[in-house]
Amino acid sequence: MSTPAILDRKDFDSLLGALRDRGHEVIGPRVRDGAIVYDTVDTAADLPEGWTDEHEGGHYRLKPRTDKALFGYVVGPTSWKKFLFPPQQTVFRATRVDGQLRFEPGVVDDHPRAFLGVRSCELHALAIQDKVFMAGPYADTTYQQRRESVFIIAVNCVEAGATCFCVSMDTGPAVGAGHDLALTEVINAREHYFLVEAGSNRGAELLAAVPHRGATEQEINAARGGVAQAAESMGRKLETEDIRALLLGNLDHPHWDEVADRCLSCANCTLVCPTCFCSSVEDSTSLDGGEAEHTRHWDSCFNQDFSYIAGGSVRASTASRYRQWLTHKLATWYDQFDSSGCVGCGSCITWCPVGIDITAEVAAIRASDQRRGDR
Amino acid sequence: MSAPASQPLDPMIPRQFRIEEAFAEVGSGEVYSWRLSPLDGEPLRFAPGQFNMLYQFGIGEVPISISGDAEAAGLVHTLRAVGGVTKAMQKLEAGEVIGVRGPFGTAWPVAEAEGQDLVLVAGGIGLAPLRPAVYCALRHRDRFNRVFLLYGTRQPEDILFREELEHWRAQLDLDVYVTVDRGGPGWHGNVGVVTKLIARGGFDPANTVAMACGPEVMMRFAVMALQKHGVAAERIYVSMERNMKCAIGYCGHCQYGPHFICKDGPVFRFDTLQPIFDVREL
Ligand SMILES: Cc1cc2nc3c(=O)[nH]c(=O)nc-3n(C[C@H](O)[C@H](O)[C@H](O)COP(=O)(O)OP(=O)(O)OC[C@H]3O[C@@H](n4cnc5c(N)ncnc54)[C@H](O)[C@@H]3O)c2cc1C
Ligand code: SF4
Ligand code: SF4
Ligand code: FES
Repeated sequence: MSTPAILDRKDFDSLLGALRDRGHEVIGPRVRDGAIVYDTVDTAADLPEGWTDEHEGGHYRLKPRTDKALFGYVVGPTSWKKFLFPPQQTVFRATRVDGQLRFEPGVVDDHPRAFLGVRSCELHALAIQDKVFMAGPYADTTYQQRRESVFIIAVNCVEAGATCFCVSMDTGPAVGAGHDLALTEVINAREHYFLVEAGSNRGAELLAAVPHRGATEQEINAARGGVAQAAESMGRKLETEDIRALLLGNLDHPHWDEVADRCLSCANCTLVCPTCFCSSVEDSTSLDGGEAEHTRHWDSCFNQDFSYIAGGSVRASTASRYRQWLTHKLATWYDQFDSSGCVGCGSCITWCPVGIDITAEVAAIRASDQRRGDR
Repeated sequence: MSAPASQPLDPMIPRQFRIEEAFAEVGSGEVYSWRLSPLDGEPLRFAPGQFNMLYQFGIGEVPISISGDAEAAGLVHTLRAVGGVTKAMQKLEAGEVIGVRGPFGTAWPVAEAEGQDLVLVAGGIGLAPLRPAVYCALRHRDRFNRVFLLYGTRQPEDILFREELEHWRAQLDLDVYVTVDRGGPGWHGNVGVVTKLIARGGFDPANTVAMACGPEVMMRFAVMALQKHGVAAERIYVSMERNMKCAIGYCGHCQYGPHFICKDGPVFRFDTLQPIFDVREL
């Protein structure tokens, strides 16, 4: 990593300008409909200055802060995945010409984007989706195209949310890798600045184009202190020791039925989850029947049709679907992609209408472990 | 018998194949077969047990195993009309063009059975994905000891590839046994589940490779019967079925425990599935 630099709050717009000069659409946090969402950002005035978000199981609320921090919130309901893996996309259009079919791949909107305000857990989620979509044997070429042009400005968390547990998952709060620039916001009665560290050559080049100065040791310590404080104040904890064996050994545990009594099978958790990658396809034809479209859209293992095969759904009960979700995230993901599928962002807890809590459900199973050893 | 990629760059875009021949296999076409040829002239090479995604214009795409001979020209699929896509496809006639993506998935490890007994166990439409393995064994008959084909289906009228079965049965070096769940007038063959045919034995369990394809319950009982007969889990292969939307490992639909059936399967060595095979609704 490069020597840390200081970007003053008053110069923040020049950072956005430099990104735009390099042809990037800047996407960052904005306040919309009572939530912080990721969308196009033109100037620093678009950022959620002075706002924070309150998280609890089944609860989310924006609240004004006592200061004017730009990144004084945690994570919102929309993760970055929608930009790289759109909720809906055309796989191909088919036309019938002289008894033959012509297949036209869907147009991929891969214009250069800059993600501003990516948290450490979200960076890990991006790395996980990179593996899912690009590690093969076949790559999702549409994801690859969009991903390649993304510039990432990460933000270190200096406050943790009440549903966060990145420390348990070893995915935060300090930004580690995968970014071009990392910012740490420092704000107090006297000053408001960002400690800036480059994570790539592209990042260093961008920083060079923006007014900045070297950081003093004191400034560096203030920033690091904030991140350490976030690590200390995690709202949730998940014991991950031996977790794969614990869960796969307890596929018949009665707790799955207990969760199912509360779970609405609404799929919210999979939609807000930054690593969930499932999709389905649909076919339609134009009114005159001359053109057909094959579209791909987000799907969820909580939907009954998801596992349909002749005669019925394999996972007909809510218990089996919740079990699929949780064991995929925390156990079988290791077999498939060599990591956990959960980055501890807490979104599924916050956005579950009934507040089902992945950390609590695992703890309940751990507390009454009925392990069968051979899985 | 490796399968080189004959896919275009984007694995989600189908290639065009013309239906050269469409014919009913069972009844008035409840099960039907197609012989297909590529419009671009490049043959689709595959290994027995692999499948393709077949696309009908505007209707949809379904995973279907290849049922033809891997060492002969032409691509053959056998489909049972059960729902939206497969019923629409049933109406297609020779000359029409469909989309094909593939081949995908793992293959029956026929070569592994060389020098040993080969036991193929099929239930219902499951005979179609196993047929390429039969062709392979017959083409290279001298490489195997005894070869068994044990086939069970609902009723005599549902017997798939009947002429071929009769022809194979007449061959002295292939043991073909057919059984039906329900007999009926005119049926003088075996009645009962296919596991009964396994129990009869005739193969050397310690030197047998077995391959099973059919409904999951049928495979469950077939595996139990094979194991009871002394065939080790590492010598048994099964072909699994799950909903599939992409066939290339990223739609998530085909997950079965840690496995993606589209890329880690559909053919699995049974010992890799054993720990989860008895879990309901997985
Ligand atoms: C690897 C593999 C190989 C197969 N090989 C053959 C074959 O050789 N011959 C054959 O007749 N059938 C085969 N099948 C089953 C075949 O894919 C389904 O019968 C077909 O998808 C049904 O689609 P539908 O639209 O006609 O039925 P619908 O019931 O209308 O289907 C609704 C949805 O469920 C899915 N679906 C329904 N049944 C199945 C099923 N059994 N397996 C997977 N998805 C299903 C469909 O794709 C569709 O998305 C195979 C399945 C798999 C996974
Ligand atoms: S499972 Fe929940 S906490 Fe884990 S990454 Fe997904 S949304 Fe975040
Ligand atoms: S948890 Fe469910 S929706 Fe999410 S990736 Fe796994 S199977 Fe797909
Ligand atoms: S069929 Fe899509 S992941 Fe296997």
